[in-house]
Amino acid sequence: MEDFRIPIGEWIETVLDWIKINFAVIFDGVGTAFSALIEGLTDALLAVPEPALILVFALIGWLVRSWQLAIGTAVSFLLVVAMGQWTPALQTLSLVLVAAIVTIAVAVPLGILMARNATASAILRPVLDFMQTMPALVYLIPAITFFSIGVVPGVVATIIFSLPPGVRFTELGIRGVDPERVEAGHAFGATPGQILRGIQLPLAAPTIMGGINQVVMLALSMAVIAGFGGADGAGKEVVAAISTLNVARGVEAGLSVVVLAIFLDRVTSALGAPGDYRSSILAILRRRRANRPSGAEVTTRARV
Amino acid sequence: MNENSSSIALSAKNVYKVFGKKPQEAVRRLKSGTSRSELAGHATAAVIDVSFEVKKGEIFVVMGLSGSGKSTLIRMLNGLWEATSGEVIVDGTSITGITPAKLRQVRSEKISMVFQHFALLPHRTVLDNVAYGAELRGVPRSEREKRAREIIELVGLAGNEQKLPDQLSGGMQQRVGLGRALAADTDILLMDEAFSALDPLIRREMQEQLLELQERFGKTIIFITHDLNEAMFLGDRIAVMRDGRVVQIGTPEDILTDPANDYVEQFVQDVDRARVLTAGNVMERPISVVAEGAGPRTALRAMRDTYSSAVYVVGRDRTLRGIVRDRDAIKLVQKGESSLASIIRPVPQAVSVDDVLLDLFVPAIESEVPLAVTDDRSRLVGVIPRVTLLAALGPGTTATGELTIPQQAVPTTVIDELLASGETDAAPAVHGSDPKEVH
Ligand SMILES: Nc1ncnc2c1ncn2[C@@H]1O[C@H](COP(=O)(O)OP(=O)(O)O)[C@@H](O)[C@H]1O
Ligand SMILES: [Mg+2]
Repeated sequence: MEDFRIPIGEWIETVLDWIKINFAVIFDGVGTAFSALIEGLTDALLAVPEPALILVFALIGWLVRSWQLAIGTAVSFLLVVAMGQWTPALQTLSLVLVAAIVTIAVAVPLGILMARNATASAILRPVLDFMQTMPALVYLIPAITFFSIGVVPGVVATIIFSLPPGVRFTELGIRGVDPERVEAGHAFGATPGQILRGIQLPLAAPTIMGGINQVVMLALSMAVIAGFGGADGAGKEVVAAISTLNVARGVEAGLSVVVLAIFLDRVTSALGAPGDYRSSILAILRRRRANRPSGAEVTTRARV
Repeated sequence: MNENSSSIALSAKNVYKVFGKKPQEAVRRLKSGTSRSELAGHATAAVIDVSFEVKKGEIFVVMGLSGSGKSTLIRMLNGLWEATSGEVIVDGTSITGITPAKLRQVRSEKISMVFQHFALLPHRTVLDNVAYGAELRGVPRSEREKRAREIIELVGLAGNEQKLPDQLSGGMQQRVGLGRALAADTDILLMDEAFSALDPLIRREMQEQLLELQERFGKTIIFITHDLNEAMFLGDRIAVMRDGRVVQIGTPEDILTDPANDYVEQFVQDVDRARVLTAGNVMERPISVVAEGAGPRTALRAMRDTYSSAVYVVGRDRTLRGIVRDRDAIKLVQKGESSLASIIRPVPQAVSVDDVLLDLFVPAIESEVPLAVTDDRSRLVGVIPRVTLLAALGPGTTATGELTIPQQAVPTTVIDELLASGETDAAPAVHGSDPKEVH
């Protein structure tokens, strides 16, 4: 029994090697695209003067949630600047944004597919379970072999790791739409596409936004781990702090991740439940539009 | 045949719907006599061998207890669910087995629907909800909004155009649902328990408004309900469903007075008959009637024979001319006149054959003789004595059956003679009503 061993690890390694050799062109293309995107976004953010960018973040907070979030954002981002963590924080933010956008672009259509097709749902569900339960660091290894050290393995691992909640929440949201409302769409002659766009997606939006919030948070946690794969940013700072046992640097890098996490969480969760934040700029604008008298009322009033 | 089929808005032909495994085989077994309960383990037969035709402009009600298959049936009528077997024909087009695109066309042009829980789109304003059908059909915005505003006014929601559905009460939300279906401009309206979620007062109001709208637009309405009173109030014809089958189709009166089986009979037991049965359903042959040309003696004879204090006078064509009372007739005889003309009085309480019993109580109380019932050409077609009216409201007996007439009062002359011959009572007599008066 001692000698009994099935070399699953080796087999998978062989398969991955084969993939690497035969699909090198694709990996190169994907790698170049990702690093261009992330580096471009980082450069763009860094090009903006710090106070101006902080003001923009604060306004985003007020736009979707409240003036309190705006103030909190301004103070905490100033702290990041003061700790000398501004550049790594923006590098991490770029990685998270690019990874989250790609993840959402994949996850939402997959979720829609699973909501409409029982077979697809049955096949994809165990795959998603697998992706979510595998320890996150494990994704880094094949990603590094495919894309070599740098930001790209980090973003790829982040996408794989944060995909499942995006898919699941989308499927859940669409399946949870009141069937009578979907029937109403059919009963008035809507096409499946019109029902998806006009009924299912809008009604599932709060749930889907919940999934997007999860995606962003997972992406952030993975982006820190991506530091081990050589991605620039807060993660790399943490890795460096660990290897030199530099407590001060580690705490500062860690705090800047916390600041990012709180900001991203508050913004994305507010997007999912716009009705809950009555003092947000968006809510105020919406109320103003709703209170504008309708055309009919205007004409009757004019006649009186 | 051609002429006939063009007056049919929708028909279902031997429609089945089975949920579960191997539905086709289940249908085959049902056709060869297997009962619904024998199938129960493998499949649910929700609708079994249902056939009916709905005429244009008709309100056709499908009624049955919860779980009897009503919702399943109505969803097959616009193809939301495909029939397992059988055929549904909408305005001459079979919707069984047609392409999805064709089916969508039928839905947007011919048949729309109102849902039990309203099924409004919560992120759209009332205006946009009502304009939904037109929007799907690609009608330009200004045009569809103009039409939607008219409909909103019509269903009594003017001023709420820009509100969101959840800012409205349940009754108002269902008005939006009704408005959305009306604005789709289809000839056929399907309504699945459309008023069941509303409280009773609002429900009655909506029912009345539906009848008004139907009268105005002549829509064909297929209305589902589990409430018999609602069925009776709205339906031109009613199909009663039980365990997936239609057990009786008929007018409300047919169902009430001639239930096809015990199930229907039990169902109709607690219906509010006063709102359903009409004067025409319960009236009796008029007997105390004389012709216009008759003299006062003939009239008196007729009164004596029918124990009544007055008789109706009709013309040659049986139109109701008036009423003659015994006292007037006696005076006329004493004066020696031979024509009734001078003593014919107008009938204050004639009712129409279509009046429901509820509207007969007050006239019946005020009328000293059995109520006169006239048809649309004012001909006297029947009378309704008070006992008949009361008996018609009771359960069990069919209103048109034989009735035992209560004992007649002893004529006054007899009592007078008796009183004159004997001694007086200890207590003074109380004067009651005229003993000759008919119940
Ligand atoms: N989608 C479905 N799958 C399985 N069984 C169903 C489905 N829809 C309805 N049924 C069954 O069909 C029967 C009829 O249901 P339904 O048409 O909703 O009745 P009703 O509207 O008269 O209350 C019930 O026994 C119900 O359980
Ligand atoms: Mg139902």
